[in-house]
Amino acid sequence: MESVGLRAFWPKAVLPLAVAAVVAKGGVLYGQAPQLAPIPAVTAAAPDAAPRPDGKPRIDSGDTAWVLTSTALVMLMTPGLAFFYGGLVRKKNILSVLMQCLTMLCIISLQWVLFGYSLAFSGNVRGLVGNLNWLGLRGLASEPVGTLPHYAFVVFQMMFAVITPALIIGAFAERMRFIPFCVFSLLWSTLVYDPIAHWVWGPGGFVGSVPDASGAKGWGALDFAGGTVVHANAGMAALAAALVLGKRQGFPMRISPPHNLPLAVLGATLLWFGWFGFNAGSALSANATAAGAFLATHVATAAAGLTWSFLDWLKHGTATTLGMITGTVAGLVAVTPAAGFVDPAGAVAIGLGAGAACWVGVTCIKVKFGYDDSLDAFGVHGIGGVFGALAVGVLATRSATGPQGPRGLLYGDPVQLWVQFKAVAVTVVYSFCMSYVLLRIVDKVLALRVQEHHERVGLDLTQHKEAAYTVID
Amino acid sequence: MKYIVAIIQPDRLGEVLDKLTAKEIHLVTVTNVLGRGRQKGIAEVYRSHKEVGSLLRKVKLEIAVNEAYVQPTIEAITDGGRTGQVGDGKIFVLDLLRCLRIRTGEEGCDAIG
Repeated sequence: MESVGLRAFWPKAVLPLAVAAVVAKGGVLYGQAPQLAPIPAVTAAAPDAAPRPDGKPRIDSGDTAWVLTSTALVMLMTPGLAFFYGGLVRKKNILSVLMQCLTMLCIISLQWVLFGYSLAFSGNVRGLVGNLNWLGLRGLASEPVGTLPHYAFVVFQMMFAVITPALIIGAFAERMRFIPFCVFSLLWSTLVYDPIAHWVWGPGGFVGSVPDASGAKGWGALDFAGGTVVHANAGMAALAAALVLGKRQGFPMRISPPHNLPLAVLGATLLWFGWFGFNAGSALSANATAAGAFLATHVATAAAGLTWSFLDWLKHGTATTLGMITGTVAGLVAVTPAAGFVDPAGAVAIGLGAGAACWVGVTCIKVKFGYDDSLDAFGVHGIGGVFGALAVGVLATRSATGPQGPRGLLYGDPVQLWVQFKAVAVTVVYSFCMSYVLLRIVDKVLALRVQEHHERVGLDLTQHKEAAYTVID
Repeated sequence: MKYIVAIIQPDRLGEVLDKLTAKEIHLVTVTNVLGRGRQKGIAEVYRSHKEVGSLLRKVKLEIAVNEAYVQPTIEAITDGGRTGQVGDGKIFVLDLLRCLRIRTGEEGCDAIG
Protein backbone atom coordinates (compact mmCIF):
# COMPACT_ATOMS: atom_id res chain seq x y z
CA MET A 1 0.00 0.00 0.00
CA GLU A 2 2.86 2.34 0.63
CA SER A 3 3.75 2.54 -3.01
CA VAL A 4 0.14 3.20 -3.89
CA GLY A 5 0.08 6.07 -1.46
CA LEU A 6 3.27 7.60 -2.75
CA ARG A 7 2.09 7.33 -6.29
CA ALA A 8 -1.19 8.93 -5.46
CA PHE A 9 0.67 11.70 -3.76
CA TRP A 10 2.54 12.49 -6.97
CA PRO A 11 -0.15 11.84 -9.54
CA LYS A 12 1.40 14.18 -12.05
CA ALA A 13 5.05 13.73 -11.19
CA VAL A 14 7.08 14.37 -14.26
CA LEU A 15 10.66 14.47 -13.11
CA PRO A 16 12.27 11.09 -13.10
CA LEU A 17 13.94 12.29 -9.88
CA ALA A 18 10.60 12.66 -8.21
CA VAL A 19 9.21 9.33 -9.18
CA ALA A 20 12.23 7.08 -9.29
CA ALA A 21 11.88 5.84 -5.74
CA VAL A 22 8.15 5.44 -6.04
CA VAL A 23 8.33 3.51 -9.22
CA ALA A 24 11.04 1.26 -7.94
CA LYS A 25 8.69 0.16 -5.18
CA GLY A 26 5.59 0.20 -7.31
CA GLY A 27 7.28 -2.05 -9.77
CA VAL A 28 7.34 -4.88 -7.31
CA LEU A 29 3.59 -4.73 -7.06
CA TYR A 30 2.52 -3.75 -10.51
CA GLY A 31 5.43 -4.21 -12.84
CA GLN A 32 5.15 -7.95 -13.13
CA ALA A 33 3.97 -8.11 -16.70
CA PRO A 34 6.77 -9.17 -19.03
CA GLN A 35 7.60 -6.45 -21.51
CA LEU A 36 7.05 -7.96 -24.88
CA ALA A 37 7.53 -4.92 -27.05
CA PRO A 38 11.13 -4.01 -27.68
CA ILE A 39 11.29 -0.56 -26.13
CA PRO A 40 14.68 1.03 -26.76
CA ALA A 41 15.24 2.18 -23.21
CA VAL A 42 14.42 -1.17 -21.68
CA THR A 43 15.87 -4.60 -22.12
CA ALA A 44 13.22 -6.97 -23.35
CA ALA A 45 11.30 -9.24 -20.97
CA ALA A 46 12.58 -7.64 -17.78
CA PRO A 47 10.89 -9.62 -15.00
CA ASP A 48 10.68 -6.64 -12.69
CA ALA A 49 11.02 -2.90 -12.93
CA ALA A 50 14.22 -2.39 -11.04
CA PRO A 51 15.92 0.88 -11.94
CA ARG A 52 18.24 0.93 -14.90
CA PRO A 53 21.96 1.15 -14.21
CA ASP A 54 21.81 4.94 -14.67
CA GLY A 55 19.24 5.17 -11.85
CA LYS A 56 16.26 6.01 -14.04
CA PRO A 57 13.14 3.85 -13.73
CA ARG A 58 12.28 1.38 -16.41
CA ILE A 59 9.41 1.93 -18.76
CA ASP A 60 6.50 -0.28 -17.76
CA SER A 61 4.48 -1.78 -20.58
CA GLY A 62 1.29 -2.05 -18.51
CA ASP A 63 1.47 1.55 -17.40
CA THR A 64 2.25 2.70 -20.91
CA ALA A 65 -0.64 0.72 -22.39
CA TRP A 66 -3.08 2.11 -19.84
CA VAL A 67 -2.00 5.70 -20.30
CA LEU A 68 -2.12 5.47 -24.09
CA THR A 69 -5.58 3.90 -23.86
CA SER A 70 -6.64 6.64 -21.46
CA THR A 71 -5.29 9.22 -23.88
CA ALA A 72 -7.62 7.93 -26.58
CA LEU A 73 -10.50 7.96 -24.08
CA VAL A 74 -9.80 11.57 -23.15
CA MET A 75 -9.53 12.52 -26.81
CA LEU A 76 -13.09 11.23 -27.29
CA MET A 77 -14.30 13.66 -24.64
CA THR A 78 -13.85 16.67 -26.91
CA PRO A 79 -16.18 15.31 -29.61
CA GLY A 80 -18.44 14.15 -26.77
CA LEU A 81 -18.48 17.68 -25.41
CA ALA A 82 -19.17 18.96 -28.93
CA PHE A 83 -22.30 16.84 -29.18
CA PHE A 84 -23.33 17.65 -25.64
CA TYR A 85 -23.13 21.35 -26.41
CA GLY A 86 -24.35 20.86 -29.99
CA GLY A 87 -27.58 19.26 -28.85
CA LEU A 88 -28.23 22.07 -26.40
CA VAL A 89 -27.99 24.98 -28.84
CA ARG A 90 -30.58 25.99 -31.39
CA LYS A 91 -30.40 24.10 -34.64
CA LYS A 92 -29.08 27.09 -36.55
CA ASN A 93 -25.94 27.02 -34.39
CA ILE A 94 -25.01 23.36 -33.92
CA LEU A 95 -22.25 23.32 -36.55
CA SER A 96 -20.62 26.39 -35.05
CA VAL A 97 -20.30 24.59 -31.72
CA LEU A 98 -19.06 21.32 -33.25
CA MET A 99 -16.60 23.31 -35.32
CA GLN A 100 -15.30 25.25 -32.32
CA CYS A 101 -14.67 22.02 -30.41
CA LEU A 102 -12.91 20.35 -33.33
CA THR A 103 -10.86 23.49 -33.90
CA MET A 104 -9.58 23.22 -30.34
CA LEU A 105 -8.57 19.64 -31.04
CA CYS A 106 -6.48 20.86 -33.98
CA ILE A 107 -5.08 24.17 -32.74
CA ILE A 108 -4.23 23.22 -29.17
CA SER A 109 -2.70 19.90 -30.19
CA LEU A 110 -0.19 21.82 -32.32
CA GLN A 111 0.26 24.52 -29.69
CA TRP A 112 1.05 21.76 -27.21
CA VAL A 113 3.87 20.16 -29.17
CA LEU A 114 5.26 23.52 -30.31
CA PHE A 115 5.46 25.29 -26.95
CA GLY A 116 2.49 24.53 -24.68
CA TYR A 117 3.93 21.39 -23.13
CA SER A 118 7.22 23.14 -22.50
CA LEU A 119 5.50 26.08 -20.79
CA ALA A 120 3.59 23.76 -18.51
CA PHE A 121 6.08 21.02 -17.71
CA SER A 122 9.65 21.97 -18.62
CA GLY A 123 11.83 23.31 -15.81
CA ASN A 124 10.59 25.98 -13.45
CA VAL A 125 10.58 29.77 -13.56
CA ARG A 126 9.83 31.01 -10.03
CA GLY A 127 7.13 28.37 -9.58
CA LEU A 128 4.94 30.23 -12.08
CA VAL A 129 5.59 28.69 -15.46
CA GLY A 130 7.85 26.29 -17.26
CA ASN A 131 10.69 27.34 -19.53
CA LEU A 132 11.17 26.94 -23.26
CA ASN A 133 13.71 24.13 -23.16
CA TRP A 134 11.26 21.63 -24.61
CA LEU A 135 10.08 23.76 -27.55
CA GLY A 136 8.90 21.39 -30.24
CA LEU A 137 9.44 18.53 -27.75
CA ARG A 138 13.19 18.78 -28.37
CA GLY A 139 15.07 15.78 -27.03
CA LEU A 140 12.21 14.10 -25.21
CA ALA A 141 12.02 10.91 -27.25
CA SER A 142 14.41 8.95 -25.02
CA GLU A 143 13.59 10.63 -21.71
CA PRO A 144 11.06 8.58 -19.67
CA VAL A 145 8.53 10.13 -17.29
CA GLY A 146 8.22 7.76 -14.38
CA THR A 147 7.46 4.43 -15.96
CA LEU A 148 6.14 6.00 -19.16
CA PRO A 149 7.76 6.97 -22.41
CA HIS A 150 7.82 10.76 -22.39
CA TYR A 151 5.63 11.01 -25.48
CA ALA A 152 2.88 9.04 -23.71
CA PHE A 153 2.81 11.66 -20.99
CA VAL A 154 2.96 14.49 -23.53
CA VAL A 155 0.01 13.24 -25.55
CA PHE A 156 -2.03 12.34 -22.46
CA GLN A 157 -1.60 15.87 -21.12
CA MET A 158 -2.28 17.24 -24.60
CA MET A 159 -5.86 15.97 -24.46
CA PHE A 160 -6.38 17.87 -21.20
CA ALA A 161 -5.00 21.03 -22.76
CA VAL A 162 -7.40 20.54 -25.69
CA ILE A 163 -10.62 20.03 -23.79
CA THR A 164 -10.11 22.83 -21.27
CA PRO A 165 -10.57 25.77 -23.68
CA ALA A 166 -13.32 23.75 -25.40
CA LEU A 167 -15.27 23.75 -22.13
CA ILE A 168 -15.45 27.56 -22.23
CA ILE A 169 -17.42 27.40 -25.49
CA GLY A 170 -20.54 26.65 -23.47
CA ALA A 171 -20.55 30.18 -22.10
CA PHE A 172 -20.32 32.10 -25.37
CA ALA A 173 -22.11 29.64 -27.66
CA GLU A 174 -24.34 31.06 -30.38
CA ARG A 175 -22.75 34.52 -30.56
CA MET A 176 -18.97 34.52 -31.04
CA ARG A 177 -17.19 35.05 -34.35
CA PHE A 178 -15.02 32.19 -35.48
CA ILE A 179 -11.61 33.80 -36.02
CA PRO A 180 -11.68 35.81 -32.79
CA PHE A 181 -12.65 32.58 -31.06
CA CYS A 182 -9.54 30.86 -32.46
CA VAL A 183 -7.29 33.74 -31.46
CA PHE A 184 -8.73 34.01 -27.96
CA SER A 185 -8.53 30.28 -27.34
CA LEU A 186 -4.89 30.07 -28.46
CA LEU A 187 -3.95 33.03 -26.26
CA TRP A 188 -5.96 31.65 -23.36
CA SER A 189 -4.38 28.23 -23.59
CA THR A 190 -0.90 29.79 -23.63
CA LEU A 191 -1.34 32.47 -21.00
CA VAL A 192 -3.88 30.87 -18.67
CA TYR A 193 -3.98 27.09 -19.04
CA ASP A 194 -0.26 26.41 -19.41
CA PRO A 195 0.81 28.47 -16.37
CA ILE A 196 -1.93 27.06 -14.14
CA ALA A 197 -1.05 23.52 -15.24
CA HIS A 198 2.52 24.35 -14.20
CA TRP A 199 1.46 25.76 -10.83
CA VAL A 200 -0.37 22.57 -9.92
CA TRP A 201 1.29 19.76 -11.86
CA GLY A 202 4.57 21.14 -13.16
CA PRO A 203 7.91 20.62 -11.41
CA GLY A 204 8.25 23.25 -8.70
CA GLY A 205 4.85 24.78 -9.39
CA PHE A 206 3.95 26.98 -6.42
CA VAL A 207 0.54 25.40 -5.81
CA GLY A 208 1.19 21.70 -6.25
CA SER A 209 3.42 19.08 -4.70
CA VAL A 210 5.82 18.13 -7.50
CA PRO A 211 9.40 19.16 -6.71
CA ASP A 212 11.65 20.72 -9.32
CA ALA A 213 15.29 19.81 -9.97
CA SER A 214 16.42 21.70 -6.87
CA GLY A 215 13.81 19.97 -4.71
CA ALA A 216 11.66 23.11 -4.31
CA LYS A 217 7.97 22.43 -4.34
CA GLY A 218 4.70 24.24 -3.77
CA TRP A 219 1.93 24.31 -1.20
CA GLY A 220 1.04 20.68 -1.70
CA ALA A 221 -2.44 21.23 -3.10
CA LEU A 222 -4.10 18.06 -4.32
CA ASP A 223 -5.61 17.98 -7.78
CA PHE A 224 -5.75 14.45 -9.08
CA ALA A 225 -6.96 15.08 -12.62
CA GLY A 226 -7.80 18.75 -12.96
CA GLY A 227 -10.45 20.20 -10.65
CA THR A 228 -8.57 23.48 -10.48
CA VAL A 229 -6.40 23.25 -13.60
CA VAL A 230 -9.20 22.21 -15.94
CA HIS A 231 -12.64 22.82 -14.48
CA ALA A 232 -12.45 25.74 -12.07
CA ASN A 233 -10.13 27.37 -14.59
CA ALA A 234 -12.41 26.88 -17.60
CA GLY A 235 -15.44 27.73 -15.49
CA MET A 236 -14.05 31.12 -14.46
CA ALA A 237 -13.03 31.89 -18.04
CA ALA A 238 -16.58 30.96 -19.01
CA LEU A 239 -18.01 33.45 -16.54
CA ALA A 240 -15.69 36.14 -17.88
CA ALA A 241 -16.78 35.29 -21.43
CA ALA A 242 -20.47 35.45 -20.55
CA LEU A 243 -19.91 38.89 -19.02
CA VAL A 244 -17.73 40.30 -21.81
CA LEU A 245 -19.86 39.04 -24.69
CA GLY A 246 -23.16 39.87 -23.07
CA LYS A 247 -26.48 38.14 -23.43
CA ARG A 248 -27.78 36.54 -26.58
CA GLN A 249 -30.60 38.43 -28.23
CA GLY A 250 -33.84 37.48 -26.56
CA PHE A 251 -32.23 36.00 -23.45
CA PRO A 252 -33.78 34.64 -21.34
CA MET A 253 -37.41 34.57 -22.46
CA ARG A 254 -37.12 34.28 -26.22
CA ILE A 255 -34.44 31.64 -26.58
CA SER A 256 -35.71 28.36 -28.02
CA PRO A 257 -35.09 25.22 -25.97
CA PRO A 258 -32.32 22.71 -26.80
CA HIS A 259 -32.87 21.51 -30.34
CA ASN A 260 -31.75 17.90 -29.93
CA LEU A 261 -31.62 16.43 -26.45
CA PRO A 262 -30.84 12.89 -27.66
CA LEU A 263 -27.64 14.28 -29.17
CA ALA A 264 -26.86 15.96 -25.86
CA VAL A 265 -27.45 12.68 -24.04
CA LEU A 266 -25.09 10.93 -26.44
CA GLY A 267 -22.48 13.62 -25.87
CA ALA A 268 -22.86 13.51 -22.10
CA THR A 269 -22.51 9.74 -21.97
CA LEU A 270 -19.45 9.90 -24.24
CA LEU A 271 -18.02 12.37 -21.74
CA TRP A 272 -18.77 9.91 -18.94
CA PHE A 273 -17.01 7.15 -20.88
CA GLY A 274 -14.00 9.27 -21.74
CA TRP A 275 -13.75 10.53 -18.18
CA PHE A 276 -12.52 7.11 -17.05
CA GLY A 277 -9.39 7.89 -19.02
CA PHE A 278 -9.29 11.42 -17.69
CA ASN A 279 -9.37 10.37 -14.03
CA ALA A 280 -8.15 6.78 -13.85
CA GLY A 281 -5.49 7.57 -16.46
CA SER A 282 -4.22 10.37 -14.23
CA ALA A 283 -2.76 7.72 -11.92
CA LEU A 284 -0.19 7.50 -14.75
CA SER A 285 0.04 3.84 -13.94
CA ALA A 286 -2.07 0.71 -14.24
CA ASN A 287 -2.37 0.20 -10.52
CA ALA A 288 -4.67 0.30 -7.49
CA THR A 289 -4.85 4.10 -7.57
CA ALA A 290 -6.15 3.93 -11.13
CA ALA A 291 -8.77 1.36 -10.14
CA GLY A 292 -9.84 3.47 -7.17
CA ALA A 293 -10.08 6.58 -9.32
CA PHE A 294 -12.10 4.67 -11.89
CA LEU A 295 -14.62 3.51 -9.30
CA ALA A 296 -14.78 6.90 -7.58
CA THR A 297 -15.44 8.58 -10.92
CA HIS A 298 -18.32 6.29 -11.68
CA VAL A 299 -20.14 6.37 -8.36
CA ALA A 300 -19.77 10.14 -7.94
CA THR A 301 -21.33 10.57 -11.37
CA ALA A 302 -24.21 8.28 -10.56
CA ALA A 303 -24.86 10.09 -7.29
CA ALA A 304 -24.79 13.53 -8.91
CA GLY A 305 -27.14 12.51 -11.74
CA LEU A 306 -29.64 11.21 -9.22
CA THR A 307 -29.28 14.28 -7.03
CA TRP A 308 -30.03 16.66 -9.89
CA SER A 309 -33.02 14.55 -10.93
CA PHE A 310 -34.32 14.51 -7.38
CA LEU A 311 -34.04 18.30 -7.06
CA ASP A 312 -35.81 18.72 -10.41
CA TRP A 313 -38.53 16.45 -9.11
CA LEU A 314 -38.84 18.47 -5.92
CA LYS A 315 -39.10 21.75 -7.80
CA HIS A 316 -41.03 20.77 -10.92
CA GLY A 317 -42.70 17.52 -9.98
CA THR A 318 -40.75 15.53 -12.56
CA ALA A 319 -37.24 14.38 -13.34
CA THR A 320 -35.87 15.74 -16.63
CA THR A 321 -33.48 14.19 -19.12
CA LEU A 322 -31.49 17.39 -19.39
CA GLY A 323 -31.30 17.56 -15.60
CA MET A 324 -30.04 14.00 -15.40
CA ILE A 325 -27.22 14.51 -17.91
CA THR A 326 -26.29 17.89 -16.45
CA GLY A 327 -26.08 16.28 -13.03
CA THR A 328 -23.84 13.51 -14.29
CA VAL A 329 -21.46 16.03 -15.84
CA ALA A 330 -21.45 17.98 -12.56
CA GLY A 331 -20.50 14.78 -10.74
CA LEU A 332 -17.73 14.00 -13.21
CA VAL A 333 -16.35 17.51 -12.82
CA ALA A 334 -16.39 17.47 -9.03
CA VAL A 335 -14.81 14.04 -8.61
CA THR A 336 -11.99 14.95 -11.00
CA PRO A 337 -9.67 16.54 -8.41
CA ALA A 338 -10.56 13.86 -5.87
CA ALA A 339 -10.73 10.60 -7.81
CA GLY A 340 -7.45 9.10 -6.56
CA PHE A 341 -7.62 10.53 -3.04
CA VAL A 342 -11.03 9.45 -1.76
CA ASP A 343 -12.71 6.13 -1.03
CA PRO A 344 -15.95 5.14 -2.78
CA ALA A 345 -18.08 6.55 0.05
CA GLY A 346 -16.24 9.86 -0.23
CA ALA A 347 -16.85 9.84 -3.96
CA VAL A 348 -20.58 9.35 -3.43
CA ALA A 349 -20.57 12.27 -0.99
CA ILE A 350 -18.84 14.43 -3.60
CA GLY A 351 -21.42 13.41 -6.18
CA LEU A 352 -24.32 14.29 -3.89
CA GLY A 353 -22.79 17.64 -2.98
CA ALA A 354 -21.80 18.54 -6.51
CA GLY A 355 -25.21 17.69 -7.90
CA ALA A 356 -26.81 20.01 -5.37
CA ALA A 357 -24.21 22.80 -5.65
CA CYS A 358 -24.33 22.95 -9.45
CA TRP A 359 -28.12 22.70 -9.46
CA VAL A 360 -28.24 25.78 -7.25
CA GLY A 361 -25.68 27.50 -9.48
CA VAL A 362 -27.62 26.86 -12.66
CA THR A 363 -31.16 27.31 -11.44
CA CYS A 364 -30.75 30.04 -8.84
CA ILE A 365 -27.49 31.96 -9.10
CA LYS A 366 -27.60 32.40 -12.88
CA VAL A 367 -31.21 33.50 -12.75
CA LYS A 368 -30.55 35.91 -9.89
CA PHE A 369 -27.62 37.65 -11.55
CA GLY A 370 -28.93 37.37 -15.10
CA TYR A 371 -25.69 36.62 -16.95
CA ASP A 372 -26.09 34.47 -20.05
CA ASP A 373 -23.84 31.47 -19.46
CA SER A 374 -25.58 29.84 -22.40
CA LEU A 375 -24.86 26.17 -21.71
CA ASP A 376 -23.84 26.56 -18.06
CA ALA A 377 -20.10 26.13 -18.46
CA PHE A 378 -19.57 28.21 -15.32
CA GLY A 379 -22.53 26.72 -13.48
CA VAL A 380 -21.32 23.16 -13.97
CA HIS A 381 -17.54 23.34 -14.49
CA GLY A 382 -16.77 26.41 -12.41
CA ILE A 383 -18.92 25.55 -9.43
CA GLY A 384 -18.35 21.80 -9.72
CA GLY A 385 -14.58 22.24 -10.05
CA VAL A 386 -14.35 24.53 -7.02
CA PHE A 387 -16.61 22.24 -5.02
CA GLY A 388 -14.54 19.17 -5.89
CA ALA A 389 -11.21 20.85 -5.19
CA LEU A 390 -12.40 21.90 -1.74
CA ALA A 391 -14.01 18.52 -1.08
CA VAL A 392 -10.59 16.88 -1.48
CA GLY A 393 -9.48 18.86 1.55
CA VAL A 394 -12.29 17.30 3.53
CA LEU A 395 -12.59 13.77 2.18
CA ALA A 396 -9.07 12.72 1.19
CA THR A 397 -8.31 9.55 3.10
CA ARG A 398 -5.21 7.51 3.72
CA SER A 399 -7.09 4.39 2.65
CA ALA A 400 -6.65 5.87 -0.81
CA THR A 401 -3.49 7.95 -0.44
CA GLY A 402 -1.48 5.50 1.66
CA PRO A 403 -0.18 5.47 5.23
CA GLN A 404 1.98 8.57 4.78
CA GLY A 405 -0.32 10.23 2.27
CA PRO A 406 -2.30 13.42 2.68
CA ARG A 407 -5.69 13.38 4.34
CA GLY A 408 -8.61 15.75 4.67
CA LEU A 409 -10.42 17.50 7.49
CA LEU A 410 -12.71 14.55 8.09
CA TYR A 411 -9.69 12.32 8.67
CA GLY A 412 -7.94 14.69 11.02
CA ASP A 413 -5.92 17.18 8.96
CA PRO A 414 -7.47 20.66 8.72
CA VAL A 415 -4.39 22.10 6.98
CA GLN A 416 -5.08 20.33 3.70
CA LEU A 417 -8.42 22.10 3.36
CA TRP A 418 -6.70 25.46 3.77
CA VAL A 419 -4.17 24.48 1.10
CA GLN A 420 -7.03 23.47 -1.20
CA PHE A 421 -8.75 26.76 -0.53
CA LYS A 422 -5.62 28.72 -1.44
CA ALA A 423 -5.22 26.66 -4.62
CA VAL A 424 -8.80 27.35 -5.63
CA ALA A 425 -8.49 31.04 -4.80
CA VAL A 426 -5.38 31.70 -6.91
CA THR A 427 -6.76 29.66 -9.80
CA VAL A 428 -10.12 31.38 -9.76
CA VAL A 429 -8.73 34.88 -9.46
CA TYR A 430 -5.98 34.46 -12.05
CA SER A 431 -8.24 32.66 -14.52
CA PHE A 432 -11.07 35.17 -14.24
CA CYS A 433 -8.87 38.26 -14.47
CA MET A 434 -6.63 37.02 -17.28
CA SER A 435 -9.58 35.70 -19.26
CA TYR A 436 -11.42 38.97 -18.85
CA VAL A 437 -8.43 40.99 -20.04
CA LEU A 438 -7.72 38.67 -22.97
CA LEU A 439 -11.34 38.78 -24.09
CA ARG A 440 -11.37 42.57 -23.89
CA ILE A 441 -8.18 42.81 -25.93
CA VAL A 442 -9.35 40.40 -28.62
CA ASP A 443 -12.68 42.22 -28.67
CA LYS A 444 -10.94 45.58 -29.23
CA VAL A 445 -8.77 44.24 -32.04
CA LEU A 446 -11.06 41.76 -33.80
CA ALA A 447 -14.61 42.18 -32.37
CA LEU A 448 -15.74 39.02 -30.61
CA ARG A 449 -19.41 39.17 -31.26
CA VAL A 450 -21.22 38.38 -34.50
CA GLN A 451 -23.38 41.05 -36.11
CA GLU A 452 -26.93 41.25 -34.85
CA HIS A 453 -28.30 40.01 -38.15
CA HIS A 454 -25.86 37.09 -38.24
CA GLU A 455 -26.86 36.08 -34.73
CA ARG A 456 -30.50 35.95 -35.83
CA VAL A 457 -29.77 33.94 -38.95
CA GLY A 458 -27.50 31.59 -37.03
CA LEU A 459 -23.78 30.98 -36.87
CA ASP A 460 -23.81 27.88 -39.07
CA LEU A 461 -24.79 29.85 -42.14
CA THR A 462 -23.03 33.10 -41.35
CA GLN A 463 -19.74 31.79 -39.92
CA HIS A 464 -19.35 28.59 -41.91
CA LYS A 465 -21.73 28.85 -44.90
CA GLU A 466 -23.23 25.47 -44.02
CA ALA A 467 -26.45 24.13 -42.54
CA ALA A 468 -26.66 21.11 -40.26
CA TYR A 469 -30.13 20.07 -41.31
CA THR A 470 -31.50 20.32 -44.83
CA VAL A 471 -35.23 20.83 -45.17
CA ILE A 472 -35.52 19.37 -48.64
CA ASP A 473 -33.96 15.99 -49.50
CA MET B 1 -65.11 21.97 -54.78
CA LYS B 2 -63.90 22.77 -51.29
CA TYR B 3 -60.49 22.83 -49.69
CA ILE B 4 -60.73 21.64 -46.09
CA VAL B 5 -57.98 22.61 -43.65
CA ALA B 6 -58.07 21.09 -40.19
CA ILE B 7 -55.81 21.65 -37.21
CA ILE B 8 -55.94 18.74 -34.78
CA GLN B 9 -54.14 17.27 -31.78
CA PRO B 10 -51.14 15.22 -32.95
CA ASP B 11 -52.21 12.18 -30.95
CA ARG B 12 -55.60 12.12 -32.73
CA LEU B 13 -54.14 11.77 -36.22
CA GLY B 14 -54.49 7.99 -36.38
CA GLU B 15 -58.15 8.11 -35.35
CA VAL B 16 -58.93 10.85 -37.83
CA LEU B 17 -57.28 8.99 -40.71
CA ASP B 18 -59.21 5.82 -39.80
CA LYS B 19 -62.50 7.73 -39.84
CA LEU B 20 -61.63 9.34 -43.18
CA THR B 21 -60.78 5.95 -44.66
CA ALA B 22 -64.09 4.55 -43.42
CA LYS B 23 -65.83 7.26 -45.42
CA GLU B 24 -63.64 6.52 -48.49
CA ILE B 25 -61.73 9.75 -48.27
CA HIS B 26 -58.15 8.70 -49.04
CA LEU B 27 -56.45 11.81 -50.26
CA VAL B 28 -55.00 13.93 -47.55
CA THR B 29 -51.90 16.01 -46.94
CA VAL B 30 -50.52 15.99 -43.37
CA THR B 31 -48.05 18.46 -41.88
CA ASN B 32 -46.54 18.88 -38.44
CA VAL B 33 -47.19 22.46 -37.39
CA LEU B 34 -46.79 24.74 -34.38
CA GLY B 35 -49.47 27.09 -33.25
CA ARG B 36 -51.44 28.46 -30.41
CA GLY B 37 -55.06 29.00 -29.55
CA ARG B 38 -56.94 29.12 -26.31
CA GLN B 39 -55.37 25.95 -24.99
CA LYS B 40 -52.81 26.36 -22.24
CA GLY B 41 -49.97 23.99 -23.09
CA ILE B 42 -47.64 21.93 -20.99
CA ALA B 43 -44.87 24.31 -19.86
CA GLU B 44 -41.56 22.72 -20.83
CA VAL B 45 -38.69 22.91 -18.34
CA TYR B 46 -35.01 23.08 -19.32
CA ARG B 47 -32.52 23.21 -16.45
CA SER B 48 -35.32 24.71 -14.39
CA HIS B 49 -35.96 27.39 -17.01
CA LYS B 50 -39.68 27.27 -17.79
CA GLU B 51 -40.62 27.80 -21.44
CA VAL B 52 -43.73 29.91 -21.13
CA GLY B 53 -45.91 30.87 -24.08
CA SER B 54 -44.19 28.37 -26.32
CA LEU B 55 -46.10 27.26 -29.40
CA LEU B 56 -47.91 23.95 -29.23
CA ARG B 57 -47.36 21.01 -31.50
CA LYS B 58 -50.34 20.36 -33.79
CA VAL B 59 -51.04 18.46 -36.96
CA LYS B 60 -52.53 20.13 -40.03
CA LEU B 61 -54.65 18.15 -42.51
CA GLU B 62 -55.46 19.47 -45.98
CA ILE B 63 -58.12 17.73 -48.03
CA ALA B 64 -59.61 18.78 -51.38
CA VAL B 65 -63.09 17.36 -51.92
CA ASN B 66 -66.16 17.59 -54.15
CA GLU B 67 -69.28 19.07 -52.62
CA ALA B 68 -70.78 15.67 -51.78
CA TYR B 69 -67.83 14.81 -49.58
CA VAL B 70 -67.66 18.04 -47.57
CA GLN B 71 -70.00 16.91 -44.82
CA PRO B 72 -68.57 13.36 -44.50
CA THR B 73 -65.06 14.83 -44.25
CA ILE B 74 -66.08 17.25 -41.53
CA GLU B 75 -67.82 14.44 -39.65
CA ALA B 76 -64.82 12.13 -39.91
CA ILE B 77 -62.42 14.77 -38.59
CA THR B 78 -64.77 15.77 -35.81
CA ASP B 79 -65.42 12.15 -34.84
CA GLY B 80 -61.79 11.19 -34.77
CA GLY B 81 -60.40 14.42 -33.36
CA ARG B 82 -62.79 15.31 -30.57
CA THR B 83 -61.74 14.72 -26.96
CA GLY B 84 -63.90 17.44 -25.44
CA GLN B 85 -60.87 19.30 -24.13
CA VAL B 86 -59.71 22.80 -25.05
CA GLY B 87 -57.20 22.41 -27.86
CA ASP B 88 -59.00 19.86 -30.03
CA GLY B 89 -58.49 22.22 -32.98
CA LYS B 90 -60.49 23.74 -35.81
CA ILE B 91 -61.76 22.96 -39.29
CA PHE B 92 -61.70 25.59 -42.04
CA VAL B 93 -63.63 25.11 -45.27
CA LEU B 94 -62.43 27.18 -48.24
CA ASP B 95 -63.75 27.51 -51.77
CA LEU B 96 -61.46 25.77 -54.21
CA LEU B 97 -61.13 27.55 -57.56
CA ARG B 98 -59.32 24.99 -59.69
CA CYS B 99 -57.79 21.53 -59.39
CA LEU B 100 -55.48 19.84 -61.91
CA ARG B 101 -53.93 16.37 -61.92
CA ILE B 102 -50.35 16.73 -63.10
CA ARG B 103 -50.05 13.26 -64.67
CA THR B 104 -53.09 13.40 -66.96
CA GLY B 105 -54.03 17.05 -67.16
CA GLU B 106 -57.55 16.25 -65.94
CA GLU B 107 -59.23 19.21 -64.33
CA GLY B 108 -61.99 19.96 -61.81
CA CYS B 109 -64.09 17.33 -60.07
CA ASP B 110 -62.45 14.46 -61.99
CA ALA B 111 -59.05 15.46 -60.78
CA ILE B 112 -59.91 15.49 -57.10
CA GLY B 113 -60.83 11.85 -56.42
